[in-house]
Amino acid sequence: MSIASGAVLLAAAQGSGNVVPARAQMAGTLGFHIILACFGIALPSIVLLAEFIGLRRQDETAMRLARRWSQVMGVLVAVGAVTGTVLSFEMGLLWPGLMRQYGSVLGVPFGVEGLFFFLEAIFAGIYLWGWRRLPGWAHWWSGVPIAVSGILGAISVVAVNAWMNTPGGFTQAGGRITSVDVWQVFFPRSAVYEMPHMILAAYLVAGFGVASVYAAGILRGRRDRYHYTGFALGFVPAAILTPFQIFVGDTAARAIAHDQPVKFAAMEYVAQTSRHVPEWLAGVYVNGHVYAGIKIPDVDSLLVGFGPGTQITGWDSVAPADRPPVVWLIHLCFDAMVGLGCLLLLAGLWAAWTGWRRRRWPRPRLFWALGAVSGLAAVVAMECGWVVTEVGRQPWVVYGLQTTAQAATTNGGVLASLSIIIVIYGVIGAATIAILLMLARRWRRDDRDEAVPYGPPPPLADRLES
Amino acid sequence: MAAAVGGILLASVTLYAVLGGADFGGGLWDLLAGTTAAGRAPRALIDESITPVWEANHVWLVFDLVIFWTAFPQAFASVMTTLALPLWLAVGGIVLRGAGFAFRKEITRLSWQRAAGAAFAFSSLLTPFFMGTVIGAIAAGAVPADASHASQAAWTSPTAVATGFLFTCACGYLAGVYLVTEAARRGDRAMRTYFTRRAQAAAIVAGALSLTALAELHSSDPAFYSRLTGRALPLVLLAGACGLAVLALLSAGRPRGTRVIAALGVAAVIWGWGVAQYPVLLPGTGVTLTNAGATQATYVAVIVVAIAAVILVVPSFALLYALQARRVLRGGENGPWSVHHGSLEKGSIHDKMCARDQADPGKLG
Repeated sequence: MSIASGAVLLAAAQGSGNVVPARAQMAGTLGFHIILACFGIALPSIVLLAEFIGLRRQDETAMRLARRWSQVMGVLVAVGAVTGTVLSFEMGLLWPGLMRQYGSVLGVPFGVEGLFFFLEAIFAGIYLWGWRRLPGWAHWWSGVPIAVSGILGAISVVAVNAWMNTPGGFTQAGGRITSVDVWQVFFPRSAVYEMPHMILAAYLVAGFGVASVYAAGILRGRRDRYHYTGFALGFVPAAILTPFQIFVGDTAARAIAHDQPVKFAAMEYVAQTSRHVPEWLAGVYVNGHVYAGIKIPDVDSLLVGFGPGTQITGWDSVAPADRPPVVWLIHLCFDAMVGLGCLLLLAGLWAAWTGWRRRRWPRPRLFWALGAVSGLAAVVAMECGWVVTEVGRQPWVVYGLQTTAQAATTNGGVLASLSIIIVIYGVIGAATIAILLMLARRWRRDDRDEAVPYGPPPPLADRLES
Repeated sequence: MAAAVGGILLASVTLYAVLGGADFGGGLWDLLAGTTAAGRAPRALIDESITPVWEANHVWLVFDLVIFWTAFPQAFASVMTTLALPLWLAVGGIVLRGAGFAFRKEITRLSWQRAAGAAFAFSSLLTPFFMGTVIGAIAAGAVPADASHASQAAWTSPTAVATGFLFTCACGYLAGVYLVTEAARRGDRAMRTYFTRRAQAAAIVAGALSLTALAELHSSDPAFYSRLTGRALPLVLLAGACGLAVLALLSAGRPRGTRVIAALGVAAVIWGWGVAQYPVLLPGTGVTLTNAGATQATYVAVIVVAIAAVILVVPSFALLYALQARRVLRGGENGPWSVHHGSLEKGSIHDKMCARDQADPGKLG
């Protein structure tokens, strides 16, 4: 996260005037919130999976995990709710130009998102605080609306971003919006790939994130049923979804070559519109040269049009002022995202192979080390993806229609709000991590004497002891 | 149709004020509850009342913002530009309050718990104040139509500052009245008396502040004053009557129904403001409900969203509050003051009910 937002800060610094701190602040707060949003979208499903197994099989371990994860969910949902609110304010405080011009267009999906945010928060209140007090299955069902509205809410928010990438569904005359086609605003062209890409990313972040905690425990020798169950409940869903995510991402890249050719040119270092475009792996583009990159001839054309002769539009198709800044950042983030996605795919394939051949988890420490970093890898990949889509759209905020500079506030003092936000978010980020670590310590200590919700009561002696 | 959307916006602002406002008020009473030992009982009651519902109540704020920028984007951009500073301060307060509240539940060490609790309580005091100055500045006509820079004079005018104090006080008033009912429901006599006194004090201060604000408007903004005491008069009178009724019922020791009356009183103030200002959105400018930048299709979309909210969200809220009222939402063993803080709840009926829940095979599903 800090790497990604550092990169974004750097990218923002390429702009000028008020736009710089405004973009840095938006990037930092969005980059922070998006991690919590991923857990908000996907963690409820994983918790419900654990509770389902716990209820169905009377499995104490799964039930205990569900109970503990929902406590983690409580902290993350609360912090996510307030950092999400900050973003709502920032839409107006940092980008009044965008809202003045297009608020009535992009507000529509935000309104729908509001409905799902309500349902999420209401049922989170019931689910998180109804443990033990609601009958088992009633409690489980009270969590279902959280998972469903998490997904539908994500669809609504991503709709706004998709609209910014491929705007449509409205007419304007004399600088004012004259008509709006709500359906087209909600489902712009890029929605088809952006929506599933983000929702799958959320499931990967949450699933691998959960798994990595228990993989780290297993690496440290805690090879018990509790740790293997915790690992499996996060890892298996995420590993199953990884190939789908790679497929969606591949489709998205091909669509971007068509929908936002300049962004794609930056992602793949296509300086001139041409055929037989090579694929660059890594490498830094400076003044027409790519340093430290591996060049594979024709492959980019092959990936885009399934033929080496496919023509790809380069960034020379637009004036220098209309090209995104720091193409090397966009390219490296894109490569990092793809590379990490492939690494996660490998981890899943490894587990699948061993599971199929030997009916157990792989034994090598390398596998568990991979598992332990999988959560971080998923987060970094997701952040890199956002850098690609957001920095790659520059200098536009609404692609081809409004520049980020036109959208930015004309107020001074953005530097001050940026500094304060950095301090506050630093404290909150550190406190959140500290609290999660503290919960883990407390749970390790309490393992013996904690009663399992919806399970048999602990022996009387244990209860007296505690 | 723009008028209907304006009504929807005002209705959701009202809901945020009477639901979210009470949660802020809870933080205010938490702040004023005194030392750790003396404040334990009121803090426990406040915590228990707010915990399962505050996030859901908070969503009204996000919903308000979204409707505002969707239906009236020009006015939204001007407000966010002119009043950037108090809005930033309110945002900071919102973040610290939510995070502080969530963290306090999980922390076990008392000193850290105090720090998180202080963040929660102080920001509960400051956030409504700054939000109040924003509303006061809008009502006072300090937001220009095409604002391009922030104005500190806009939100530091007497009207804006008075509105800020009134907001803070109204939050404390609502929370006090709600907490009296919560205490009565639990049969907790001590807390009932405790919050009755505080609710009464807040009611008197809020009433005095309202009258001061009216007097101030009479001299600073006679046109607005005459509309408030003209076509909005029934609502102004209703607000006053509600306040007096709550005071009388609390004095008589009959808290039943006071929550609804108190909320109605606050709602009457907000709608009084709306009616007095209608159809102008930014007083002192030509910006009205109909020319603030949206199209018919957008209005229709907002109305559809509002209808969906009535169908989906209102019953869900009803379920949440019903479960909260039946004290189903207590989170098992992890209440902050019940377990980690020692003896307050140990061995109480809750623990026994928990044990019974576990022992009852019928509840295992």
